[in-house]
Amino acid sequence: MNFYHYASPSTFYGLAGRAIPWAAWMAGVLAVLGLYVSFFVAPTDFQQGEAYRIIFIHVPAAWMGMLIYLAMALWGAVGLAFNARLPFIMMRALAPTGAILTFVALWTGAVWGKPMWGAWWVWDARLTSTLILLFLYIGTLALWSSIDDVKRSDRAGALLTLIGVVNVPIILFSVVWWNTLHQGSTVGVSHAPKMAATMLQGLLLMTAAAWLYTIAATLVRVRRIILERERKTGWVRELLGKET
Amino acid sequence: MEWASWSEFWNMGGRGFFVWSAFGVTAACVLIEIVWLRRAAGQSRRRLLRMQLWDLSPEGGEK
Amino acid sequence: MGSYFLNVLRRDLTLAARRRSDWLTALFFFIMVSSLFPLGIGPEPELLQRIGPGVLWVAATLASLLSLSRLCDGDHRDGSLEQMVLSPAPTVLLVLGKAMAHWLVYGIPLLLMAPVLGIQFNLPWDAIAVLVFSLALGTPILSILGAAGAALTLGLRGGGVLLTLLILPLYTPALIFGAGAVDGVMAGTGAEANLSLLGAFLLVSFLVAPWIASASMRVSLE
Repeated sequence: MNFYHYASPSTFYGLAGRAIPWAAWMAGVLAVLGLYVSFFVAPTDFQQGEAYRIIFIHVPAAWMGMLIYLAMALWGAVGLAFNARLPFIMMRALAPTGAILTFVALWTGAVWGKPMWGAWWVWDARLTSTLILLFLYIGTLALWSSIDDVKRSDRAGALLTLIGVVNVPIILFSVVWWNTLHQGSTVGVSHAPKMAATMLQGLLLMTAAAWLYTIAATLVRVRRIILERERKTGWVRELLGKET
Repeated sequence: MEWASWSEFWNMGGRGFFVWSAFGVTAACVLIEIVWLRRAAGQSRRRLLRMQLWDLSPEGGEK
Repeated sequence: MGSYFLNVLRRDLTLAARRRSDWLTALFFFIMVSSLFPLGIGPEPELLQRIGPGVLWVAATLASLLSLSRLCDGDHRDGSLEQMVLSPAPTVLLVLGKAMAHWLVYGIPLLLMAPVLGIQFNLPWDAIAVLVFSLALGTPILSILGAAGAALTLGLRGGGVLLTLLILPLYTPALIFGAGAVDGVMAGTGAEANLSLLGAFLLVSFLVAPWIASASMRVSLE
């Protein structure tokens, strides 16, 4: 498979179209399996009781939130370096899913926090840096929506994501530092109860499900954006013509 | 993991509210995203079709 | 090359000198916002001492952010920015010159005002010293990050607020380390750790932000 063959929007459109059902179904199956393990296989935790089961959505969402931001930065860099169309489209398509999953991580983290520490929101290191990550996502989305020119919009967003990505490890570290100094809570949301093998299985299944879900949602967006941007080309006109 | 009964399952050892609101909001977000994706794709499609129908130039050509 | 940087710097400083109200406004903003907190929270000395470092750091950040959109706006509107970017001189120097000018005009007055406000918050002298030093490290970071943000949001409607939205998350580590340094001095744990981290953040910012800012300038002006 020639790599550059799929760098063209028209060929990638077809590839994405074939990949989406596969990814979506796999995500569904893995999610069902993961949820089954979360509720019916993983045992009750000795310290936290049943509330710890939130980990099975909190951790995958948090991981994906960060991973997606990294992927956005990567595609942004590729787009800037090669001056190609598709990488920027990938970058833009990833952002909304990343923001939603980051929000889910925050929500589930807070809801887990209440039974754990008795407070709806705690300035735990991970929660705080996830909040800042959400702000970074929102900033990027806001920047895109306020620039009309597509080329400028893509590049500006890519540059912003790159400066953000450099900052993410610093933000994480600074918040961890700050949190250890302000020892409010001694147990971190990230410190999972000692991992029974079944818990790890559940976590891996849900993470894989989240990953495939992200791929499916992103590719759906990519296809839509490709059609919009390439609407004046022959292949899109033909494709749309078939619909009438 | 053995649940003694369905009601115990829903109760989640007293933490039912937290567990289910966490999973519930997650499910809601996923659903909302899926609905949003479908609507956006449909609206986009229709808009592009309309633009194509009204496009009077003989052939498209790139910008 | 050095003379280009100095020329940009001198030009921006001259322009700022002609509109003294701008930097006075930013300075008064700093003073007013800091004063709002005791009014809103209550004047007990211990409480003020506890919140002082954080409040002063946040107020300084906001005061500095206010002035950032002015970094490139004037030049952009009359077209001179485009001319400067098109010139063969490296855009990075343009960015650095403007950031330096911004810091001199908007950052340094904050440093000079901070001790006075520190007294208002009942901070001990060693804490005030660390406060000024941490702000001296932090305000340049804000100027250079702000330059990148200003370059990205050049000419956009709602630019000022958008700029703030973009820069604040990126600037958060500086806030954490800076306020933490002052807290550390007051708690007796020392400020060296936080200050060295702040210094490291300053270095990293100056390694990354100028290049991103100059690329953003070119992108925004195409």
